[in-house]
Amino acid sequence: MAADPARLTRADVEHVARLARLSLRDDEIATFTEQLAVILDHAAQVSALDIADVPATAHPLPLSNVLRADEVRPCLDRAEVLASAPASEDGRFRVPRILGEAP
Amino acid sequence: MTSAREIAAAVTARERSAREVIDEHLARIDEHDGELHAFNVVIADEARAAAEALDARIAAGEPVGPLAGVPVALKDNLCTRGIPTTCSSRILEGWRPPYDATVVNRLRAAGAIAVGKTNLDEFAMGSSTENSAFGPTRNPRDTTRVPGGSSGGSAAAVAAGFAPLALGSDTGGSIRQPAALCGVVGMKPTYGAVSRYGLIAFASSLDQIGPFAADVTDAALLLEAMWGHDRMDSTSISDDLVPISADLERGVRGLRIGIVEELTDVEGIAADVRAAVERAAGALEAAGAKVERVSVPATVHGLDAYYLIAPAEASSNLARYDGVRYGLRCDDEDVQHMNARTRGEGFGAEVKRRIMLGTYALSAGYYDAYYGQAQRVRTLIIRDFARAYERFDVLLSPTSPTVAFELGAKTADPLAMYLSDVCTIPTNLAGHCAISVPFGVDSELGLPIGVQVLGRELADALIFRVARAIELSVSGA
Repeated sequence: MAADPARLTRADVEHVARLARLSLRDDEIATFTEQLAVILDHAAQVSALDIADVPATAHPLPLSNVLRADEVRPCLDRAEVLASAPASEDGRFRVPRILGEAP
Repeated sequence: MTSAREIAAAVTARERSAREVIDEHLARIDEHDGELHAFNVVIADEARAAAEALDARIAAGEPVGPLAGVPVALKDNLCTRGIPTTCSSRILEGWRPPYDATVVNRLRAAGAIAVGKTNLDEFAMGSSTENSAFGPTRNPRDTTRVPGGSSGGSAAAVAAGFAPLALGSDTGGSIRQPAALCGVVGMKPTYGAVSRYGLIAFASSLDQIGPFAADVTDAALLLEAMWGHDRMDSTSISDDLVPISADLERGVRGLRIGIVEELTDVEGIAADVRAAVERAAGALEAAGAKVERVSVPATVHGLDAYYLIAPAEASSNLARYDGVRYGLRCDDEDVQHMNARTRGEGFGAEVKRRIMLGTYALSAGYYDAYYGQAQRVRTLIIRDFARAYERFDVLLSPTSPTVAFELGAKTADPLAMYLSDVCTIPTNLAGHCAISVPFGVDSELGLPIGVQVLGRELADALIFRVARAIELSVSGA
């Protein structure tokens, strides 16, 4: 599907904010609609290149499946880690209820 | 200002105590950092205690490392156990990491003493350090101007003499550009040469930790103290690294050096910056190198590709700030609303902009046109560099198209700010190494200009040698 950045709308920005789990104020939505359109307009030069036959590079190193021996080693202390959490209970992270409508 | 190597020699020989060195630097910070704001936090008590412990070991005849007693400033996106690590973001304010980054451990083992955590653009996203949630850092050379970014606090700390050495991270130029704007040396090592365990992730296929110093020799010493394989980082390379310091003075006779046309004739380049590159090339020729112009065509698309790839990776990496495990939580009726509110209130404008851009570039219907296409451009850049390196040992370009700009000059125009990185970005996309070395000042304002030496992967020692030759042509010593 061809991208058309000129068509970026307020509704697109609201949709992307939902995907990104980001609550934005009205003024932020307005500013981002404008600014992202300008940035994507610049990026359209990349979208327009005829390079479908060029392989993609995701990463500069030819590394894959870096493994280590499966052995018990020291790790972070649970109590110390949980002490940085906003809320914890019984050795676990505590969160608000998980059922409800997505924002 | 005393160099790191002179401090280490004097402390090791017991001509000066580490405590005395630390006190002197802390006093300078105390006097001037109120105005500059290079640091988010200064850890004076910890630094004094570490200095005293080091002095005791030296007195007991124990061996100490090559950076014995040298004060070092750490960018505040490097984890330090028990010491606040904020990424200059509200979302991590007050968080104390439960572990140290590998580089922090290695510098401690080398005898260096951390004096504080330096300011940055929030999550390293920016080119001026104005995106910090805790206020901007000012350029020590002219306090009405930015120090560059994102590692602006580290560059300013070295330029102001707060510490002879500092660490930064470089995703698209975040070490080299502030180094250029503050008149110090800054270097991005080959991807994978320095462990990133404990570096808070921005864009994982691009991020690299590297050194700042007042001169090339000190920067080499700092890199050698921290690089090499680390089992805690799965992208750490295990190749043997060529020693830098031993070869630093070998000169450039016979080396083939290419001036990259696309990065030198870039839109908006200042005439004095372009002239500085030409003069640096002349100095290298006079020192026996063979210099020619070279085209690396795909680099013209580097900026656009970067501003799709880096935000895409950031949108994924920053998903972890969800108000559950650490940092800020803004409570709400259920977990989704809590996540969204926490992120909405915890992140600043630039971080939100990049998360939005990255999420859009990865979303259904747009993935291939933006992210996929940017990855293909990345391949072209790597190929074009490979072709250039068949004919040249290293490449040359400006570090930044302009000298330091005024605070506020580009904050309303994200694209203008992004253009500050146009000369530095291709190196990150290719996973290569590059170094910025100060080379003169602009004629109008007397602000520092940086010249960039670029090398292929694992050519770190070679670019240091060339940078040293450029430095020598300026200082004569």
